[in-house]
Amino acid sequence: MITIALSKGRIFEETTPLLAAAGIIPAEDPESSRKLILATNRYDVRLIIVRATDVPTYVQYGAADLGIAGKDVLDEHGGEGLYQPLDLQIAKCKMMVAVREDFDYLGAIRRGARLKVVTKYVKTAREHFAAKGMHVDLIKLYGSMELGPLVGLADAIVDLVSTGATLRANHLTAVEEVGDISSRLVANQASFKLNRTQLQPILHAFSTAITK
Amino acid sequence: MDNWLLPEYIEDVLPTEAARIEQLRRRLLDLFRSHGYQYVIPPMLEYLESLITGTGHDLDIATFKVVDQLTGRLMGVRADMTPQTARIDAHMLNNQGVTRLCYAGSVLRTKADGLAQTREPLQVGAELYGHAGVESDIEIQRLMIKALQATGIKDLHIDFSHVGIFGSLVKENKLSDALEQALYAALQSKDKSAVSQLAKGLDKAIHNALISLTDLNGDVSIIDQAEKILPATPVIQQALQDIRQVSNQLADLGVKVGFDLSELRGYHYHSGMVFAAYAHGCSGPLALGGRYDEVGSVFGRARCASGFSLDLRGVVLALPPAVLPKAIFAPLGNDLDLIAKIEALRHDGEIVIQELSGHEEHRGELNCDRKLEHYNSGWHVVKI
Repeated sequence: MITIALSKGRIFEETTPLLAAAGIIPAEDPESSRKLILATNRYDVRLIIVRATDVPTYVQYGAADLGIAGKDVLDEHGGEGLYQPLDLQIAKCKMMVAVREDFDYLGAIRRGARLKVVTKYVKTAREHFAAKGMHVDLIKLYGSMELGPLVGLADAIVDLVSTGATLRANHLTAVEEVGDISSRLVANQASFKLNRTQLQPILHAFSTAITK
Repeated sequence: MDNWLLPEYIEDVLPTEAARIEQLRRRLLDLFRSHGYQYVIPPMLEYLESLITGTGHDLDIATFKVVDQLTGRLMGVRADMTPQTARIDAHMLNNQGVTRLCYAGSVLRTKADGLAQTREPLQVGAELYGHAGVESDIEIQRLMIKALQATGIKDLHIDFSHVGIFGSLVKENKLSDALEQALYAALQSKDKSAVSQLAKGLDKAIHNALISLTDLNGDVSIIDQAEKILPATPVIQQALQDIRQVSNQLADLGVKVGFDLSELRGYHYHSGMVFAAYAHGCSGPLALGGRYDEVGSVFGRARCASGFSLDLRGVVLALPPAVLPKAIFAPLGNDLDLIAKIEALRHDGEIVIQELSGHEEHRGELNCDRKLEHYNSGWHVVKI
């Protein structure tokens, strides 16, 4: 039995065509079903629906053989025990530093100011600012990062930006790119070796579907 | 206060599992002994320099450190017994020929790892020093397989790689240290898009070779592919030939064999073939091994070396639940016949527990399924 871990919403929607290319059709729609384990048309493949940030953990410990996770989530997790063989080119967006429209970010850097930064992606943010040689104090939040600079909690945010609409609506502006984000196919290392004959066709179908 | 709670990822092993772990430990050491591997007991801690020099950054991070009150020098609690064994071979024994050593003991790691997700693995391993050819790699691999099979693990899958392949690509193309590190990390996670990104500015041939490494995993056919795709440097040709030859020599042990050329585990101190044992139902490798010819050189004496080790605490997780062996209950008393009968049974390997006064109601805790009874003017074992 091959278990694939993925999250509801955008990742699930954009993965469905790839799964179809591999001949895997979920028996139910996770948006309407409350089930956490979804059967598929294939007796030897099932899907588990987990929180996006938990996907790497399920795969690392072998509770799932494959998983689909954003690079943002993988970078925070560290990728230990995982293979990341395919960039699925789905759920694309950017990890950005954003500040209030009236905040002079470059000036603050030049002055060597110590910035307060709110983010869900603490590890990614720490590495980004360390690489720039900037002193920052990180504050971990779990959502609505945009609020941080507006209410004086922080000077900047590090967050995913896809259209920029939320930033504009809250009078924030993106000032720096941290990196490109897209979803990756991840695999448990032991499973990758032991179940190669079952996993390889899925990987192959995915990679063909991406390059199409 | 919960003063009796243990730190995270540190645990007691209770009687049922402890009995099995000890039984397996003895079985493995007997197996090693029968193959000529001599048992050594390296110290729990030693000066940091001798413990981690030449082994790379990972082991440094994994090592708990303490200050020696006598000298003020930094000491490390061993996180891996392999470098200690290499030190023993290089400086204590000073053999010119082949030395075979084995060990079994607890090591401490600052971060939990392995199948058991423990900070205190029970490392059991065997190392062979002083021989460079594939014959010694084969000897070590066969011993690793037999050791795992002796613990009761079935359907092993042995995965082969050779760090010399990536090493040769790096060296021939004079890649910078930083690029080497980044490529190493990307290859370890088979992150093809990252490898492609990193190799962008390089020659077409090396660019393609590096990317192809992420796909070169599978059965023996990938070695044929590798011979076509990878540059034909002498190191790479030899490496491919070696892993092909070695894998052929394990057929009689009933294991499956696979290859994964982007597997670079221990790249910083391994120097040749590396291998790992997997089994269904385990989310990580059961045993790891490889060739590390350079490690001895930091002790002033480079010796060819190949070896493997496993964490017995992890291995037992892959086995069915342990069962505590049942004992024989003997009544209180100093009847000489009774004592003689008890000693005779113990001599034959039985567990015999003689009752102590005042605990008649707690007999059930003694895990006995038989008892000694006196009839026909003698002591006899009867079922409870």
